[in-house]
Amino acid sequence: MGDMNEGGSTKKFLYLNRKAPYGTVYALESLEVVLIAAAFEQDVSLAFIDDGVYQIIQGQDTTGIGMKNFSPTFNALGDYDINKLYVEKESLDERGLTEDDLMPLVYEDEDDDWAEKPSIRVVSRAEMADLMQDQDVILSF
Amino acid sequence: MSILHTVNKSAYERNALESCLGHTRPGDAVLLIEDGVISARAGSTAGEKLAAAMAETGVSIYALGADMAARGIPEDKLVDGVKAIDYAGFVDLAAENDAVEAWL
Repeated sequence: MGDMNEGGSTKKFLYLNRKAPYGTVYALESLEVVLIAAAFEQDVSLAFIDDGVYQIIQGQDTTGIGMKNFSPTFNALGDYDINKLYVEKESLDERGLTEDDLMPLVYEDEDDDWAEKPSIRVVSRAEMADLMQDQDVILSF
Repeated sequence: MSILHTVNKSAYERNALESCLGHTRPGDAVLLIEDGVISARAGSTAGEKLAAAMAETGVSIYALGADMAARGIPEDKLVDGVKAIDYAGFVDLAAENDAVEAWL
């Protein structure tokens, strides 16, 4: 932390995602804002709790409901240096889901010879609470 | 008299499903649509409530396939006894029952 960019210091931003995709517009709006915010070179983390874990589930097929499937866009986040996607284990468990049901999202680590590494980090509810305490700004969707 | 109940909210988001299941009678049908299909995933706490409702109140429970697919829920991951249907099946259920009650 503390590295300066044009016009100010870097802050820690957490985008808190609690809604399933498609039933409401929250999930899509969050992703749009995250992509816009990526241009400002802040320290960005995404949290997926409650029904928000469904946003990054594998195998989404929206042809039957006539809506755009925006889940492939999550694959692009790594290219914008957004590679901290925290998923709460308790939220997965309650919904009968496991980490294997999630999309295999990765990023290339420029500090490690561009090695491909997983962006998703499954954490406990307690760890998620600690993560929230560690932020400067929390944006809820 | 039989009713087709539709639930379009996740059981983790609102109490629509719980309230609906508390107001059904044997022979009624419950159709999960939109975010409501999240409750039908096998191994989930909401799915246990669906299984209990089918066993105890004798309601039939359905989930709309297109909404399941959008949320990455394959048919083989549905709670046992919950039937996946398409839009035509939705129309059939609406026609077969005397009334449609939406739990918004």
